Amino acid sequence: MKKLFVFVIITGLLFVSCTDTKKHAKGIYMLIDTSGTYSMELKKAQSIVNYLLGTLHPGDTLAVARIDTGSFSEKDIVAKVMFDARPSVANSQKRVFKKKIDKFISSVKSSSYTDISGGILQAIEYLNEVDPGTKYILIFSDLKEELAKGYVRDVPFELAGFNVIALNVTKLRSDNLDPKEYLGRVGKWRVDVGKGGGNWRVINDLERLDNIFSD
Amino acid sequence: MTFTNFLMNITGSPFLSILIWLLIFFALFYFARKPFHRTIRSLSRVINNAMRLASASVFLAEKKLVQRNREVLMAAGLENAERQVEREFDRINAAVVRDLEVYPNLHRKITDIISHLEEDYKESADMPPSLPNWATIIEPIAKMKDAGDSMVSNMLGEINRTLTEQHKSAMEGYRKDSSKRHSILNKMLPLWRKLQRTLGDVGKSISSMNDRAKSIDRYMDNYEQIRMQTDRAARMLSSSSLTQFFIAGLLLLIAIGGIIINFNLIALPMSEMVGGASYIGPYKTSDVAGLVIILIELSMGLFLMESLRITRLFPLIGSMDDRMRIRMVWITFTILLTLAGVESALAFMRDRIALDMETLRQTLAGVEAAALTTRIIPTVGQMILGFVFPFALAFVAIPLESFVSSSRTVLGIIGAGLLRIIAFLLRLIGNVVHYTGRFMENLYDLAIFPVLWLEGVVIDMRVSRKDVPVEEVGEKDREDRKKRSKS
Repeated sequence: MKKLFVFVIITGLLFVSCTDTKKHAKGIYMLIDTSGTYSMELKKAQSIVNYLLGTLHPGDTLAVARIDTGSFSEKDIVAKVMFDARPSVANSQKRVFKKKIDKFISSVKSSSYTDISGGILQAIEYLNEVDPGTKYILIFSDLKEELAKGYVRDVPFELAGFNVIALNVTKLRSDNLDPKEYLGRVGKWRVDVGKGGGNWRVINDLERLDNIFSD
Repeated sequence: MTFTNFLMNITGSPFLSILIWLLIFFALFYFARKPFHRTIRSLSRVINNAMRLASASVFLAEKKLVQRNREVLMAAGLENAERQVEREFDRINAAVVRDLEVYPNLHRKITDIISHLEEDYKESADMPPSLPNWATIIEPIAKMKDAGDSMVSNMLGEINRTLTEQHKSAMEGYRKDSSKRHSILNKMLPLWRKLQRTLGDVGKSISSMNDRAKSIDRYMDNYEQIRMQTDRAARMLSSSSLTQFFIAGLLLLIAIGGIIINFNLIALPMSEMVGGASYIGPYKTSDVAGLVIILIELSMGLFLMESLRITRLFPLIGSMDDRMRIRMVWITFTILLTLAGVESALAFMRDRIALDMETLRQTLAGVEAAALTTRIIPTVGQMILGFVFPFALAFVAIPLESFVSSSRTVLGIIGAGLLRIIAFLLRLIGNVVHYTGRFMENLYDLAIFPVLWLEGVVIDMRVSRKDVPVEEVGEKDREDRKKRSKS
């Protein structure tokens, strides 16, 4: 009886340990707007990526993609990594990732259009494939979407279990003239994300990036 | 029509309606008075009795617990006293064995010294100076009177000179002998001192034995007290148990602090070994693994202390034959040493990982990381800590044993105290219910006091007229009347 009890406990622990690997992992897909004047803000995006690299743990996933004319493409992913379980290897991966991002920031060219929806769809696809415990889509953009002719993005988002966080949503010149434009723009995305079942948040104060993971 | 209107309008006048309702109320309540009193009384009595019974049974349980606690305390005290007496006897045994081992040597030494002293004493005996035997022969010649004969005179002179010379040489010989004796006596002094020292050592051994015997007497007195289960012994043991409980508790808290520090030392590098991404329930596998290592160290420490017979938590280990027990000491010590080595290596690895992480953080923050390359002292410090902690934790077994043994008594005391409080509360509730019942009866009577007053008046009238035998007036009614008149 005693042996059976010990066996059940050990089996249970092993089972729990085997199945729990992904449950605690975080998956982050960061979209960086490279359109027009917003490309001037990319230094801030770099510091956000650095913050994420410093915060994420072994087992977490991070991908950084650009928002350009057509963002629903794997080609727009600048760098992606799933951190190794060993901290020393994860640290090396972080260094390599940082180098890639630095290179991208220094060589990026601004795009003519802003396909945010395509980027979000790509993020959903990627994160669903990785299937981490908690999923985050970070949108580093002014949220002003401008689609090129011929691009159709009327696909509803399926964002159940996703946290969508808009970072550094800058006010445009026209927003200053009419704040309703800004509020409407943010509101539109809130509604779209809400309809898809996701949680929407806006973080404009980049000094408080710890709020990203404060669910 | 509302209910109030209905009540007020059963007659034309509201006042009359109220009066009628009051009369109905009083009548109803008067007739229901005795059943109500009986109900309330029986209910309160039932609850009171139940509470008293429960209280009595809790008191009984408390007494049993106190008795049991006392028995446990006495048993522990007896065991402890036996251990103390046994230890003292062991010490005496060791002392006796040690002294008896050297006794033949000591005896020989003393005998040697004494025989030496005897010889010296004999040699130092005072011998009178002896004159040659012919002195007695020539004595009559020497006494001859000098009658002027020159030959006789010369002969006598010669004899006198010879005697004087003889005397001088005898005196010189005597002086030489005296000097020799004195030198022998001088040589005896260190021997006497040696003898004194040896006898002093013997005296010390005997007085130490005497002290030990006194200790044994004291322990035996305690043992007797405990065996006779006197109150004094119970108080003494209880107080000692409480002291042990708190001291052992304090030491265990310190040990817990040590465990936490040890855990922090090895949790991070364990993630390098078992991976930092897997979880067991809500806990990281690496953290659990670190904790398991510490717990294994604790267990090994317990087994080591047990095998060394310092603690007696596992009777099975204590009752093992010595060969097996010593084998177990070596096995547990080897495992502990290996784990200490592992911990030391993990501490080193932790330092490397922490350094790497710090460098990465600084790189990410855009700060130059050159200052972080040389940190030998913290690394060595952590490694030493990692090596020492497992051995330090091994000693937790000692306070743990004290804590476990004393917690039985302390828990017993707390349990007895709780039972006493529960018993008191039950009695209190029972009494409160009893007096609440009485209060409700009185309150009921107060509500219908006009009717009761009227009843009293009627009964008095009937009694005073004597047209009704007193016996007809119910016993109860009289009692009630008396009570009312008193109040």
